[in-house]
Amino acid sequence: MQLHKLRERAIRLFFLLCGLISIFILLGIFYTLLNNSIPALREVGITGFFTTGLWRPTAFGAPQFSTLNLILGTFMVGTGALVIAVPLGVACAAYLAEVASSREREIFKPIIEILAGIPSVVLGFFGLVVLAPLIARIFNIPSGINAMNGAVLVGIMALPTVVSLAEDAITAVPQEYRHASLALGATRWQTIRNVTIPAALSGIIAASMLGMGRAIGETMTVLMATGNALAMPGSFLDPVRTLSANIAIEMGEVPRGSLHFHSLFMVGLILFLITFFINMLADIIFERYRRRA
Amino acid sequence: MLKRKSKASQFGVFMLVVLLSGSLLVGGCGRPQEVSPPPAQDATAAPSPQGAAEPDAIEAATIQIRGSDSEVNMVASLAEEFMLTYPQVQIAVTGGGSGAGIAALLDGTVDIANSSRPMKDSEIEKARANGVEAVAVRFAMDGVAAIVNENNPAESLSMEELGAIFRGEITNWSEVGGEDKGINLYGRQSNSGTFIFFMEWVLRGDYDPGMRNMVGNADILEAVRSDVTGIGYIAIGYATEGGNVRPGIKVLSIAAQKGEPPVSPLELENITSGAYPISRPLYQFVAGRPEGAIRKFLEFELSERGQEIVLESGFYPITDADREFNKNSAGIQQ
Amino acid sequence: MAGTESPKNAMSLSQRAHRNKYREEKLAFLLLRISLGAAMFILLVILFDIASKGLGVINWEFLSRMPHSGMTKGGIYPAIVGTFYVTIIAALFAVPLGITTAIFLNEYAIRGLITNLIRTALRNLSGVPSIVFGLFGVALFVQYLGFGVSLLAAGMTLGLLTLPVTVTAAEEALKAVPQSYREGGLALGATKWQMVRSLVLPPAFPGMLTGVILGLARAAGETAPILFTGAAFFLPFLPDSLFSQFMALPYHLFVLATQHHDITAVRPLAYGTAFVLLVLVFLLNLGAIMLRYRFRRRFQR
Repeated sequence: MQLHKLRERAIRLFFLLCGLISIFILLGIFYTLLNNSIPALREVGITGFFTTGLWRPTAFGAPQFSTLNLILGTFMVGTGALVIAVPLGVACAAYLAEVASSREREIFKPIIEILAGIPSVVLGFFGLVVLAPLIARIFNIPSGINAMNGAVLVGIMALPTVVSLAEDAITAVPQEYRHASLALGATRWQTIRNVTIPAALSGIIAASMLGMGRAIGETMTVLMATGNALAMPGSFLDPVRTLSANIAIEMGEVPRGSLHFHSLFMVGLILFLITFFINMLADIIFERYRRRA
Repeated sequence: MLKRKSKASQFGVFMLVVLLSGSLLVGGCGRPQEVSPPPAQDATAAPSPQGAAEPDAIEAATIQIRGSDSEVNMVASLAEEFMLTYPQVQIAVTGGGSGAGIAALLDGTVDIANSSRPMKDSEIEKARANGVEAVAVRFAMDGVAAIVNENNPAESLSMEELGAIFRGEITNWSEVGGEDKGINLYGRQSNSGTFIFFMEWVLRGDYDPGMRNMVGNADILEAVRSDVTGIGYIAIGYATEGGNVRPGIKVLSIAAQKGEPPVSPLELENITSGAYPISRPLYQFVAGRPEGAIRKFLEFELSERGQEIVLESGFYPITDADREFNKNSAGIQQ
Repeated sequence: MAGTESPKNAMSLSQRAHRNKYREEKLAFLLLRISLGAAMFILLVILFDIASKGLGVINWEFLSRMPHSGMTKGGIYPAIVGTFYVTIIAALFAVPLGITTAIFLNEYAIRGLITNLIRTALRNLSGVPSIVFGLFGVALFVQYLGFGVSLLAAGMTLGLLTLPVTVTAAEEALKAVPQSYREGGLALGATKWQMVRSLVLPPAFPGMLTGVILGLARAAGETAPILFTGAAFFLPFLPDSLFSQFMALPYHLFVLATQHHDITAVRPLAYGTAFVLLVLVFLLNLGAIMLRYRFRRRFQR
């Protein structure tokens, strides 16, 4: 009997340790990024990464390590993606949750999931060979390899995230709300617009933020589609370079242990922290929403 | 009862999947020897390398080559043909850029580093610290070509103009005698050998930050092909195909000084004589004096057939001065 | 369809207001439907473009041959094999860890600080950009643990990336097992582990498998994490150990699309590679979706 209990306790401990590994991985990622950034921080200084200037570690003159334009480019692509993914995503979610028959739901939800499964490199390829020439023609500009190209593609990537989370949020609105509204003579559309969506709003906001997190971290699509120029972008028709693309484009070629190598870890750290805070914020909003609903 | 059965069968399916994948993994790991060399029709089409010794003179070996993105295709073609004659030697060629190749050589993770530039002082120091004596071989000549869209009327530029364009000082084609159109710049990512060579040799300054940084030579070519205002720089091997300029683009002739006659990189003798102002030798570095399979491969590259492949790949054969260089540094006489 | 029926409670309103109200509803629902249609259209355009240009290249030779002549000819066999290996390694790493984590969260943990921390960590982990996983892989597996640029390093990096997917799906599967199973087991005097092992895990298995497959699909399509941890531009042979470099489908597509010296000549090959990659990922996703569908239905009955 005693042995039995001991065994049970050991098994419990084993599962606990396995569970804790996820925490260690997350902390490990943060630690690794920080640890590898320190040599760069020591040489360039934290201000060196955030003063006005360019990202130019291999400059002809003095190297520069400003990440400001990269951060700007990242948020341009991220918000551009949201402008596409949120209205479209919420509309799809509202339709699937409130209007569609269960049969339609059963057909369309897996299809949306398939959209989520398209590998980012395939989307990047599509952007490079199909969408970029299209954008160039529509706006009558010489090259469609720019921020807009990236934003549209990443918007498509973030769409399934927004749809499925927004749908969850809408479905979670208590049935009584709808019944009350319908009983007062509102149509189903009026109920959706005036009752269900407002009630689900914080959930929808959280969904959008997670979509944003996804968009900001996206790498291959952006790398292939946005042109990666270092200058401060003036509009969505200018080429931009994002934090993620900056790492991907340069990491493969830097000698390990060089200042350039470590400064790319610093870029990774900045990217990690941005997505971390966006995700945490979304998490908090979600948690609050769930507790209320 | 029925439920139980389906449970059991599903479990069985899962185990089957696991076992199958496991066995494939194990089986696959032992398989590479069976992998057939490239198809037979190629073997018959390609003559065996001239000037090389009997095929069985060297032992089985694996050679890892890493480095310059500009060189990777040419070296892959050289390796492919070499392996036809010496099937016991396996050569892996990967890109990543000159800096990455040299760094890998110094770390001891590759046998040959491809580089489109000589080693930097810092790299030589590091080699010394690691106890590696890096030996250089020049095996081809490269011209960096300035390319524009085929519908761009420009035919030639001077070095000074080209530099000013990429520094962002000239921003309209009308300033260099073209149409009144803005200039879109296309270049490589910041650690490629071509990026640095072009910066130090042509720009002597920093690139205009508005330049689009493309991830490969081919990406630049593609972009310029579809952008009538674009200009890009790429290794000459990417601009031509079987001796002809690729469709959609134009290779500019470059004058060393304004007023001098512009020189085209498309003529072989312009490169080998040094008349074309943006040309450079391409290097391979090995750790210590090359021996065995590595030496055989280097000799093959420098052989007549090897240099033919260099030419077919869009680059240029080495000069006598380069042969002298190789003899002194690596003791290879070809 | 569903929007046109007139609810009885609206009868008291004036006929005109009534009609306007429902006209507005019809219009709004039409707009929503168009939105969904637009999403479907986007998907269709992408799939059609890849399929129509990629299908023509696919034949047995393309799937079973080494690339040769500077990758302008031949097939993508080593890339398929490489993707297969690296995905399996990722799964071998992520599946046991994911399932045990899920068992802990759903069966053993008492709601509290630790559980919350683990869940928060997992949610954040799923939001970490794939390129950051790549950096982590370089620092930990390639450098610190000395695996070098290799299958093992790339596979483990991908494993970390897919961990949250595996945990979430496995937990969902465990949650679907009715509470009565557990109570019944404990009532019969089984210990917790006996109960979990013989009553909870077997019915949850197909659901867990769903998670595994979804994880595999994710791992197979990722490029950024393997960019510096193991993928090779061109290898004329298959990887022969865990420490070899390898070719992978997504990276091969990236190479063919942006790096190759003859981009027009390899464009069809790039489309073919994209098509194969898409089909692979879709088959995995479809399998997972179907499995989940069957699994859910069984417990609903």
